[in-house]
Parts: sequence; C-alpha cells; structure tokens
Amino acid sequence: MGIYLPIAEMSVNMVVLLAMGATVGFLSGLFGVGGGFLITPLLIFYNVPPAIAVATGANQVIASSFSGALAHFKRGTLDVKLGLVLLAGGLVGSSLGIYVFAYLRSLGQLDLMVSLLYVVLLGSVGGLMLVESMRAIQRARSGQGASLRRPGQHNWIHRLPLKMRFRASKLFVSVIPVLGIGAVIGFLASVMGVGGGFIMVPALIYLLKVPTNVVVGTSLFQIIFVAAYTTVVHSTANQTVDVVLAFLLMVGGVAGAQYGTRVGQKLRGEQLRALLALLVLAVALRLAFDLFVKPASVYSLAGGL
Amino acid sequence: MLFRRGVLLILLLTVAGQAAAQQEEPQPEGIQIGLSTDSVAITSDFAGTNLTIFGALDNADPLVSLQGRYDVIVVLEGPPRTTVVRRKTRVLGMWINTQSVAFRDVPASYSVAMTRQPQDITDPASYSRLALGVDNIHLRPLDASNAPMTIEEFTAALRQQKEVAGLYVENVGGVQFLSRTLFRATLYLAPHVPVGTHKARAFLFRNGTFLRETSAPLTIRKAGVEQRIFEFAQQQSLLYGLFAVLLAILTGWLGRLLFRRD
Repeated sequence: MGIYLPIAEMSVNMVVLLAMGATVGFLSGLFGVGGGFLITPLLIFYNVPPAIAVATGANQVIASSFSGALAHFKRGTLDVKLGLVLLAGGLVGSSLGIYVFAYLRSLGQLDLMVSLLYVVLLGSVGGLMLVESMRAIQRARSGQGASLRRPGQHNWIHRLPLKMRFRASKLFVSVIPVLGIGAVIGFLASVMGVGGGFIMVPALIYLLKVPTNVVVGTSLFQIIFVAAYTTVVHSTANQTVDVVLAFLLMVGGVAGAQYGTRVGQKLRGEQLRALLALLVLAVALRLAFDLFVKPASVYSLAGGL
Repeated sequence: MLFRRGVLLILLLTVAGQAAAQQEEPQPEGIQIGLSTDSVAITSDFAGTNLTIFGALDNADPLVSLQGRYDVIVVLEGPPRTTVVRRKTRVLGMWINTQSVAFRDVPASYSVAMTRQPQDITDPASYSRLALGVDNIHLRPLDASNAPMTIEEFTAALRQQKEVAGLYVENVGGVQFLSRTLFRATLYLAPHVPVGTHKARAFLFRNGTFLRETSAPLTIRKAGVEQRIFEFAQQQSLLYGLFAVLLAILTGWLGRLLFRRD
C-alpha cells in the first residue's frame, strides 16, 4: 500500500510506516519514553530526508507524550510547576535550536550534526544506563534494595541561588539548573526531533534528585509543549513537517503503546532499564556505523538556495 | 508503335522529371507531438508511472520510412533548479561533507525515450551539439572559479546521483512507430518526480542527420489532498504548524480513550 507524502515528496509504504509507529509505540509504552529518539533515526534509515524526519519526529512526539502525560496527570504523578519552569528554559533552547538547524542545513552539515548528536548522546546515555542497571540487577540479586534517591545528599547544584519550592516533587532548589536543563532539552528537541525524555529523566533523577515517580509525568508534560513549539517553528521556518507521515506514525504509535505498557508491567524496573540501554546503544551504533564507514557514494545532492 | 513508344517515353520523362523535382526541393519533414493532457496529477497512491506521448511525422518520405531510417528521440525535461553537489571526505575517521559545487538550471529530472540504441541514431558530436541525452545535458557551475578537474568530477557525480535516484533515465526502444508516420513514446516518471512545469521535446533524425525539434509544456502537480496539504504548508505555514500540533494532541487523546491502560 503506497502513499505519497506531500511534504517529503516521496512515495512510501503505508504498512511499513504503521508498523514502524507501532514498534516504536510498543517500545515507548514498555520503557515510558516518548520514542522520538527511535522514530527520527528510523525515518532516516527509511530514506526520509533528515530535515523532514526531525521536524516530523517532533510532531509525532506530541501525540505520545500527550497521551502519556494525561495518564500521569490523573494519577497525580506530575509536577506542573516544575514542568512550567523547565518549559520556560525549553522554549529558549528550542528557538536557538531551530536557528542552528536552519544554519546547519544551509551549510550542508545538518545530517552530520544530527547523526553526531545522536551517536554521542545515545551512546553516553545508553552506556551510563547499562552500567547503572547492571549494578541494580546485581544489587537485587545480592538482596539489597536499590534506591536512586538518597535524601540529604546534596551536590553543588543545591548551593546555587534563586531557590524555588516545588511541592509535588518535595524539592527546594535553585531555578538556574532547572532552566538550564530545560534549555538543553529544548535545543536537542529542535535539532534532533526528539522529546528529550531519555535525557530529561536521568537529568531530573541524578542532578535535581526529583523523586522517580513524578519524573516521567513531569518530563512528558513539558515535552508536549516543547515538541509543539518545535513543530510550529519548524513548519514556519523550514516547512519540513509532513502531517501525513506524522499521522501514520502517531496512529501506529498510540496503538502499539498499550501492548508495550502491558508487557512492561511484567518486567522489573532494572531489567527494563537494561533493555532500554541496549536499545539506545544499538541505535547509536547503527548511526555511528554510517558515520565511520565509507558511504556507498561520497557525493550527495541538495536542493538549491 | 513509334507513337506509342513516344508516349511511354514522355510519360517516363515526366515521372523522372517529377522525381527529380522532388529531390531538388522536397517538402521538409516535420515532427509534431500531442500530449493527451497538459498536466499530470500525482495522487496519494502515486508510485511512478509511464507517460505516453503520441507524435506524428509530416511529409515523411515513404521510402525512408519503409527502410526504418527515421529515428525519434523524445525527452521529458524537469524544471530547472539550482542543485548543490556535496562530497564527503574522511575527517577524524568520520565521513563529512567538505566540498560542494553548485550548478545552475539543472533539470530536476530527465527522461529519454528513443527508437533504438543511441549510437545507432546519430553520432556523439550531434548529441553533444543538441545537448541531448543524459550524458550531454548542459551542466554549468554557478561559480566557475573552481578548478576544472573538480568541476568535471562534480558534474559526473551529479549525473550519476540523478541516475541512481531514477530521475535521469533512458528508455531505448521507448519510441515505437505505429504506422509510417505515427509514433508513440513511453517515458518513465520516477515515484519522486519533481512537481512543476516539465518540457516535452521531440527530435527527428533521418539517416543519422538531425532534422527538426518540437516541444510542448507539461505540468506535473500534486492532486487533491496532497496538493492542498502542500500549499497549506507553504502558504500558511503557521496555521499548518498549529494544525499539526492539534492533530497530534487529538490523536494522543483519542488513543488514550481507545486504548486506556490503567
């Protein structure tokens, strides 16, 4: 079943895209992540131009994070205030990201930058998560309880000025690192077409010591807005959002997510994290492979100025 | 008898005279093409297509036709666009775009159909004079200050990339004579054929000599919903972006209603 994508200007197989969405939806339900970091590389492997893959990925992320955030909002595991401060930083970072995106595109270095960012970030986050989850699995085997949050333990971040109280997260922390994390995630969201959950979650847990139960909901909440902002700006500045492509991915993704969640409930937290780490590393390796192995053709064509 | 012979002779002379007159100033052959439509619409299930162009020869010499010495080449040329060719080189072990050459007015696509193998139609010099055929498309760099060697390499790469992408194609035997004067050309359009105004051109050869060229415009555009989405995205990009966001939120919300998991 072929379908013509009006913005990407190419004919693709509808079933492949629905399956791609469903697979990523399954994984995002399984691991509680938005799935943008999988969608964008998959689209690039499927020969969708990177600029369109990135902008459309951001569009798709809205759907999955909105449906996820709704669930967390009902459960009360969402810190709206923390989310809004992260968002303020996120919008600044995202605007900067769009500017950098357009500039790199004009230089012909966008593909490289997107690949590099993916390799470096996915590689390091995946590596750290794998180490952490392996330790947790070992601890669990030796009978010790694993805890990520160690109250009373403070780092340099907690000595910064301009403190603010976040009641739902039981947190009293300076707004500077919160804004900073938001800005970095916003920047990555617009350059990489990701929600940034896979960086946001560890950053909130390890840097800000936000309780694990509110982290995912809060991260999803602010990702909705950053991804929405990114989508709108990409569509006005670069006209690279393909709604037909995004819609196919969303439908597959939303359907796949529920099965992922069901399977996810049967697995243990540290096992899930180890699996997610392996998945993230696999994507990073695949992208690194393209970067370091001699391409089939060293030449490529790009549209005019 | 003598009288009869004389008539025959006169008749023969007349015939010969007419034939001579025809050889002296024959009606020039012409070529015409007709497009069944002046626009091709790309719909949601578009996956490449064959475009058929009919054409006819005017004042074709029956003898030459009979011997099959007329040859026709039909070209569908895509809209001219500035195209940048980039080359990757190895930097710190990574393959990075380092060099680029921009070319002006590069036909976005170039589909050729011809009656037989190109070398059997005419000689390379004619092809290059007519800028006819994938290897002879006129490609000029935007900035001519680059080294000639580099430009040559990038020009070759541009052609090759277009061929790999299926945008520059040649269909030998794609033009067939249906009768002595009527021919049909079958041109291949790639699934990602660029939209815009294309130019259909037909070239007529006799015994390897170029006679005449004719052309007709053909618009390739997206049809229906695809066209509206594309225009919407281009002309009202802010609204389009907001619509994309709304669609995503609606899908997410509906997804949660349909597949509630808690």
